Amino acid sequence: MSRSVSFARGLWQRLLPWLVPLLLVIGWQIASLAGWLNHRVLPAPSEVLVAFWQLLSSGDLFRHLAVSFARVASGFVIGAGLGLAFGLLAGVSRLGEALFDTTLQMLRNIPPLAILPLVILWFGIDESAKVFLVAFGVLFPVYLNTYHGIRSLDPQLLEMARSYGVSGKALFWQVVLPGALPSILVGIRYALGIAWIILIVAETLSATSGIGYLAANAREFLQTDIVVLSILLYAALGKVVDVAARALEKRWLRWHPSYFKAA
Amino acid sequence: MKLDDLKTSSPILLQGLSRRFGERVVLDALDLHIPQGQFLAIVGRSGGGKSTLLRLLAGLDQADGGMLQQPAGQSVRVMFQEARLLPWKSVLDNVALGLPANRRGEAEQALAEVGLADRAQEWPARLSGGQRQRVALARALVHQPSLLLLDEPLGALDALTRLEMQGLIERLWQQHGCTTVLVTHDVSEAVTLADRVVLLEAGRVALDLPVDLPRSRDPADSRFVALEQHILQRVLQGPSFTTPLINEIPLASLHFSQLHWAL
Repeated sequence: MSRSVSFARGLWQRLLPWLVPLLLVIGWQIASLAGWLNHRVLPAPSEVLVAFWQLLSSGDLFRHLAVSFARVASGFVIGAGLGLAFGLLAGVSRLGEALFDTTLQMLRNIPPLAILPLVILWFGIDESAKVFLVAFGVLFPVYLNTYHGIRSLDPQLLEMARSYGVSGKALFWQVVLPGALPSILVGIRYALGIAWIILIVAETLSATSGIGYLAANAREFLQTDIVVLSILLYAALGKVVDVAARALEKRWLRWHPSYFKAA
Repeated sequence: MKLDDLKTSSPILLQGLSRRFGERVVLDALDLHIPQGQFLAIVGRSGGGKSTLLRLLAGLDQADGGMLQQPAGQSVRVMFQEARLLPWKSVLDNVALGLPANRRGEAEQALAEVGLADRAQEWPARLSGGQRQRVALARALVHQPSLLLLDEPLGALDALTRLEMQGLIERLWQQHGCTTVLVTHDVSEAVTLADRVVLLEAGRVALDLPVDLPRSRDPADSRFVALEQHILQRVLQGPSFTTPLINEIPLASLHFSQLHWAL
C-alpha cells in the first residue's frame, strides 16, 4: 500500500457524497437547455448563477444577506439568552421553577408565526418585529433543554461534589453548567434551525430588505432565478450556522466519548 | 501538623445511633467506638445498614436518634463504589477538585502516588474502571483527610484489579495514617485490609473482631483462613429477611432536592 494510493482513496471517499448533487445539477441544466423545463417555472442553474453574479456585483446581495444575518443574530442572542437565563433559574432554584415554568410551558405551545399579525400591529414592519419573532421562537427550545439538562444531572456527581466541599458558585461552574451543557447545545442547534424558518416567513410577509424580501419581490416580477437563488442562500446560511454550532459542540464537549472517537 | 494531631486524636463515638426509612429500621441503636488511625471494615448482608452508617459518618445523611460524636476539625473524604469523576474535567483537575489553585502540585503528587502521573491530562472516559478508582482514591487522599470512608470502592472491579487496589489502599493508608472505614461485601477483603472487622446485622453490631495478623497479609495463611471462615459462618447464620430494595432507599432519597440545598 503506497501512500499515494491511500491518498487517492481518501479523496474518492470524500468526493463520493457530492456525486449525486452534481449529477442532479447537470441533469437540470440539460433539461433546461433542451427546453423540457419552462424557465418561468424553474430557471436553469446557469441563470441562477448569472443572477447571483449580478446581485453580487451590484452589492445588493451582500446588503440583503447582512440584514438577514443581523436579524437572526440579534433575535437569537436575545431569545437564547433569555431561554438560558430562565432555564438556569428554573433548573437550579425551586422558586424560579415555581414562578416561571408553568408560564413558559403555556407560551411554548403558541406557534411563533401565529402571533405574526399581532407583532405587525405592535411593531409595524419594523426591524424589531422580525427580531421579536425570532427571539420568541428561539426562547423555548433553549429554555426547555437548559432546564431539562440541569434536572437530569447525575445526583451522584452532585453528592460527590458537595462532600468534597464544592458548593455555591463553584458547584454551578464546575458541575451544574458543564453537566447540562450537552443538553443546552442540543437546544441551541434546534433553535438555530427555527430562527431561520421564522425569519424567512417574516421577511417574506413584511420586509423591505433581507433575503426573504428579495425572494418575495422577485416573485412579484416572476424573476424565478432570484427566487431560486434566495432559497439556495437560505440553505447556505443555515449550513454555515450549523457548522459553527457543531464546531462549538466539538470544542466544549471534547471530554465526551462520542466526540473524541473522531479525533 | 501538631495541632491537627491534637484535634483528631479523639475517637469517633456512636451511641444509640438510629436511622429509619419509613417503617424500616436500618440502624437500630448502634453503639460503636472507632479509635483514631484505625482501619475498620464493616461487613454484612445487603440491607444490614452498612452503607447507611457510612453515609451518616460522611455527613451525607442525618440520624433519627442517638449520638454521633466526631472529633472537632475532622475532615472526611468518601470514595464511592462508582468513581464519580467529573467527565468534563481532566484526570488532574478531578483530583484537584475543591483544592485551592495554589495546591495543584499536591494533586500531581497524589496522582503519582496511585501511579497515574502520566495520565494527568486524559479525560476520565478514556480510563479503565480500575484506573478511575485510583483517580478517585488520589482525589480523596489529596485533602489529607483525618477520616477516609470507602463505600465498596472495589465492588465493580475484576479480581486481579481488586487485588492490586487492595495493595494500593493498604500502602497509602500506612503512609497517611488516617482513620479508615471500609464497607465491603467481601470478607476476605476485610480481613486483608482491616485492623478490626465489624459485622452489621439488622442495624446492630453482631460481631466485632480484631484482626491481629502482621501486614501484608497472606490469604493462604492458616490464621487468616480461620478468621475469614469464622466471620463468614457468622454472616451466613444471620437473618436473611432483608430485601435488596432496602439498600436502594438512601440513594433514592437523594434526588434533585439535593441540588437545591447545595446551591
